[in-house]
Amino acid sequence: MNLSLKVWRQKNANSEGKFQQYDVQGISEDMSFLEMFDVLNERLINEGESPVAFDHDCREGICGMCSMYINGEPHGPNKGVTTCQLHMRSFKSGDTITVEPWRAKAFPIVKDLAVNRSAFDRIIAAGGYVSVNTGNAQDANSLPIPKDNADDAFMAAACIGCGACVAACKNASAMLFTSAKISQLALLPQGQAERTMRAEKMVAQMDVEGFGACTNTGACEAECPKGISLENIARMNREYYGAVLSSK
Amino acid sequence: MSWVTKTLSSSLGKKLIMAVTGLSLIAFLLVHCGINACIFLNDGGHTFNEAAEFMANNLFIRVTEVGLMAGFIIHIVDGLMLWKSNTDKRPVKYAVVKGEANSTWYSRSMGLLGSLLLIFLVIHLRHFWVVSRFTDVITSGEKTLFQEMTEVFANPIPVVIYVLGCISLAYHLLHGFQSAFQTMGWNHPKYTPFIKSVGAGFSILIPLIFAAMPIAMYLGWIA
Ligand code: HEM
Ligand code: SF4
Ligand code: FES
Repeated sequence: MNLSLKVWRQKNANSEGKFQQYDVQGISEDMSFLEMFDVLNERLINEGESPVAFDHDCREGICGMCSMYINGEPHGPNKGVTTCQLHMRSFKSGDTITVEPWRAKAFPIVKDLAVNRSAFDRIIAAGGYVSVNTGNAQDANSLPIPKDNADDAFMAAACIGCGACVAACKNASAMLFTSAKISQLALLPQGQAERTMRAEKMVAQMDVEGFGACTNTGACEAECPKGISLENIARMNREYYGAVLSSK
Repeated sequence: MSWVTKTLSSSLGKKLIMAVTGLSLIAFLLVHCGINACIFLNDGGHTFNEAAEFMANNLFIRVTEVGLMAGFIIHIVDGLMLWKSNTDKRPVKYAVVKGEANSTWYSRSMGLLGSLLLIFLVIHLRHFWVVSRFTDVITSGEKTLFQEMTEVFANPIPVVIYVLGCISLAYHLLHGFQSAFQTMGWNHPKYTPFIKSVGAGFSILIPLIFAAMPIAMYLGWIA
């Protein structure tokens, strides 16, 4: 396959960025989108140019590092996959593909397509944890958990923190991410100790970081590679209103 | 800051205000539509004038009207503030956005649709509310409110403006009705499909009835 790429190049957070056009030839349709970038970068390095910076790690859809905004959609055109799982067979030879970084005030650009997502870490640090006592783990059966809650918590816990929800949202809102992190703990007995303060603090941190307010467009859910449901945002809203009314 | 102001100025709090005021405006629309639909009885505006007079003189309604005004103002101010602050959350825009792949255009255009509604609202209040409340055209018995309506809608320009206003309302509500429940945390596999159907029905039916009024008057079906 031969493709024409329009890639956002930006030296660092403070410099002006611009699109650069690259023509890549001989791409196999079995390559992943990132492997196609590896081919391009190898060539750029050989030509003495600086390679395109992009985040990646596991390359199997579980770490949440890869983050490319491809032809107007985070993680590209396919549903339920990350950029590393997107294969070139989803494109046609001769296509022009526009690749941008996640764009949000709360995700400053580090270089080219790599953005700083530490705002997510600070949201988690604000309350996305449980107090665990030291000592032996207790018998799992001593903590009865309704099957529905276990399933919902598990589905929320599937969030890999990639930030595609923020990238997709017209308001750059982090509510799908934050709500998944609040939900996975609020639904389980282990999460009850910090439940009230968790909702208050994580929402407050989310606002401090400069993410927008949700308009319920559903773009996040549609673009999330892990299919995190909007039900989590409704749950976060309940958790938050309940928390501010009951906390001391 | 007290916990109340802190909550209401958080992103979730601002959203809650939108949802609660939005739903009160929906309740108002229902009453407004019910009363105006009296013109379809085609009795020369007799029932409609009586209903309008009752609304104008009933103490409970007059007190509620103050709440309604406050609701409108809060919804509009909060909506425009959210719109502005949300837009600022992405200082550098994308070159390519494939919005239709993940959401409906009207859910992404609530600020625009709301602003169109605001323009319509100013024209609409000028046509009827200002005339009935701040002039003595109606109270002096010079004209009835129904006569005022027939006069306004004899002209095609207001008719077109009103129909456009109703279309904006329909799309604003098509997203807003169900969105308000989600914002209030009401998302449940048993009730959400029901809320969505009722919301879609309301959003189409009510603006349709409203739009039928100027059209029917212009075409002389109601006199
Ligand atoms: C009869 C008139 C109106 C009704 C019934 C109405 C109703 C609603 C409802 C139910 C919502 C959804 C709330 C939510 O998502 O939680 C909403 C949202 C919104 N409304 Fe209105 N509205 C009206 C007029 C206006 C006007 C005049 C504006 C003026 C600017 C406006 C601006 C907005 C905006 C920007 C939103 C989206 C807010 C967000 O989701 O963050 N609306 N409206
Ligand atoms: S909710 Fe989905 S899109 Fe958002 S960070 Fe988690 S996995 Fe990524
Ligand atoms: S590189 Fe780990 S999810 Fe894509």
